[in-house]
Amino acid sequence: MKEITKVLLWAAVAIAGALALATIALHRGEAINAMWLVVAALCTYALGYRFYSKFIAAKVLTLDAMRATPAERLENGRDFVRTNKWYLFGHHFAAIAGPGPLVGPVLAAQFGYLPSTIWILVGAIFGGCVQDFVILLFSVRRDGKSIGQMAREEVSKTAGTVAFIAVISILIILLAVVALVVVNALRQSPWGTFTIGMTIPIALMMGVYLRYLRPGKVLEASILGFVLVMLAVFGGQWVSHSQTLSGVFTLSATTLAVLLIVYGFAASAVPVWLLLAPRDYLSTFVKLGTIAILVIGIILIRPTLQMPALTRFIDGTGPVFAGSIFPFAFITVACGAISGFHSLISSGTTPKMIAREPQTRMVGYGAMMAESLVGIMAVIAASTLQPGTYFAVNSGAGMVGQTPQAAVATITQWGFPVTSDQMNELASHVGEKTLFFRTGGAPAFALGMAKIFSDSLGGTAVMAIWYHFAIMFEALFILTVLDAGTRVARFMVQDALGHVWAPLGRTSSYPSILVTSALVVAAWGYFLWQGIRDPLGGINSLWPLFGICNQLLAAVALCVATTIIVKMGRARYMWVTLVPLCWLVAVTFTASLEKIFHSNPLIGLLSHANQLLASKPAPVDLARKVFNDRLDAVVAGFLVVLVAAIVVESAVQWVHVISGRKEATTREAPFVPTRYAAEEPA
Amino acid sequence: MKPLRSFFAILLAALREIFDENAYQRFLSRTGNVDSVESYRAFVRERDASAATRPKCC
Repeated sequence: MKEITKVLLWAAVAIAGALALATIALHRGEAINAMWLVVAALCTYALGYRFYSKFIAAKVLTLDAMRATPAERLENGRDFVRTNKWYLFGHHFAAIAGPGPLVGPVLAAQFGYLPSTIWILVGAIFGGCVQDFVILLFSVRRDGKSIGQMAREEVSKTAGTVAFIAVISILIILLAVVALVVVNALRQSPWGTFTIGMTIPIALMMGVYLRYLRPGKVLEASILGFVLVMLAVFGGQWVSHSQTLSGVFTLSATTLAVLLIVYGFAASAVPVWLLLAPRDYLSTFVKLGTIAILVIGIILIRPTLQMPALTRFIDGTGPVFAGSIFPFAFITVACGAISGFHSLISSGTTPKMIAREPQTRMVGYGAMMAESLVGIMAVIAASTLQPGTYFAVNSGAGMVGQTPQAAVATITQWGFPVTSDQMNELASHVGEKTLFFRTGGAPAFALGMAKIFSDSLGGTAVMAIWYHFAIMFEALFILTVLDAGTRVARFMVQDALGHVWAPLGRTSSYPSILVTSALVVAAWGYFLWQGIRDPLGGINSLWPLFGICNQLLAAVALCVATTIIVKMGRARYMWVTLVPLCWLVAVTFTASLEKIFHSNPLIGLLSHANQLLASKPAPVDLARKVFNDRLDAVVAGFLVVLVAAIVVESAVQWVHVISGRKEATTREAPFVPTRYAAEEPA
Repeated sequence: MKPLRSFFAILLAALREIFDENAYQRFLSRTGNVDSVESYRAFVRERDASAATRPKCC
């Protein structure tokens, strides 16, 4: 009887999911409710987790509850600590969830809500969740080794080097892109700039509070910090109305970029306890709270989606970024579906804290499902805006006309009516001078979120507060990635340069810290500078480059995973990682080649450079613009060549092992039985 | 009522793990120190080395 009930229950979930997906996919010409997306997502996750992840756990990875994990065998109370699965789930989710799943789907909404929704669900269930799960388990079985070490040991030395270069490249591009998102969100916005500026002294104060006043009371300090940040959000309104202060905090994009570069350098060089750690705690607190509020808000409000399922821009002529639905929708959505960066975390701190092997399923597969749900929420937030408003906010001046009047005329002509009066009214509701040309995704997401929240709490009277709360939340998120990322990249550069000249490798040597911090900041600062000077909006060229880097890193992780599966003697199941790998290779290689060689100057970097060279009269800064295009093309080409090398190296390994020319042995740590066999395993 | 109470207990414990409060308690029991400004300073120093190299995802 119990079995029949279970079957009926899962059949009901499958039918509800299929019905919701059919509604999303087949409705044309009329608005649908956001709840269809939520139901489709929840049913898909439930089925994916219950059946697909269970299949992978049982058949492919053969999780063994009796095998002691490194957290047990190497327990030291520091890095290797047996941790409750729920606590670790939260820990892992807090580390993998960043601004990517919020910004990417907002940008990809130019194609309509359908492509992003389908890719976020399918990509996560069959790609992202699988990658995070298998890499976590393989790292657990290798004493918590990193993806780079596993690539070196299981594939080849070249693969290890490629993984290292891919990680550094993605970090640099990522930092530049997220910094650009912050600049675009804060330029000419005294309210936002003041609020975000205030988070720096608040973080410093938290650092002092934690170190000297109430040592170790992090939750308490984070709550206090959150209250102060909220006061800063309200204070920002007052600043924006003040004649004197408003001018002080109204900054241009170039000024903001310089301030961010200085901030990134300082955050990399000052002690961790003073700025980085408290900001990280504060950001995590705000992040978890806001995501929870957003999910609850959408379920309670059940907003209607204004964006059509598909727009005319699937042909590649979109104003937010150029490029057709394949491959660019899959590149742009980024972390909500699959993120190579997660493989760093799945092979970083998390594997050292897993108490029993079966828990890798919930932590690895489950946390990525939660991140995917965040991506779905971002699709909903962007799609609740009127399409005309969405395009007016998200399009660069170079794409829709240099003035607001030209922009509304162009966008209305596309069939998405919007007027200057509507945009001005909306800007005044959210306390901004203008909302035109606010590219980068953050302002559009903040608008959508403010609309959802203000519809339930307070109406347009408090829309400005919600909008700036959302901007604060995203910018705080991003600045945490910026300062932590700069520091991580600095450590990696120190590690690499230490092989060339030993003094540069000393992580506590101040000259080395300053030199390597400057190198890292100069690298992402260059791309940031290039982005803000780009007449097409910067995001147009940099976000696809980031998406390509991130997914190329995922391809590296899936190569390593497939190689290990083959070496485990489970080649008949290698399709579990090989299918997403083939898809990613197809998407990333096509996107890279299009970004380099496409004849449309809005897409192809080289054809854009040629267009600039041919234009009469020659544009200002011609040489610099041409150099930037060619540099971006070289970066994309270089990464593709590196990843092609690792794919070939891996394929050679598979053929050798499957054909019996090479013995199928892996570098797993030897089996040791657990002392906790009596405990619940999963 | 009991499931709700255990939900909040798990939530609070997860937050304490995420925010390193549990790690600090483990540090105190591992080193045999008592909670103090000096102990927390020593904990932070030890944690900085690994925390600073820990990536945050995008």
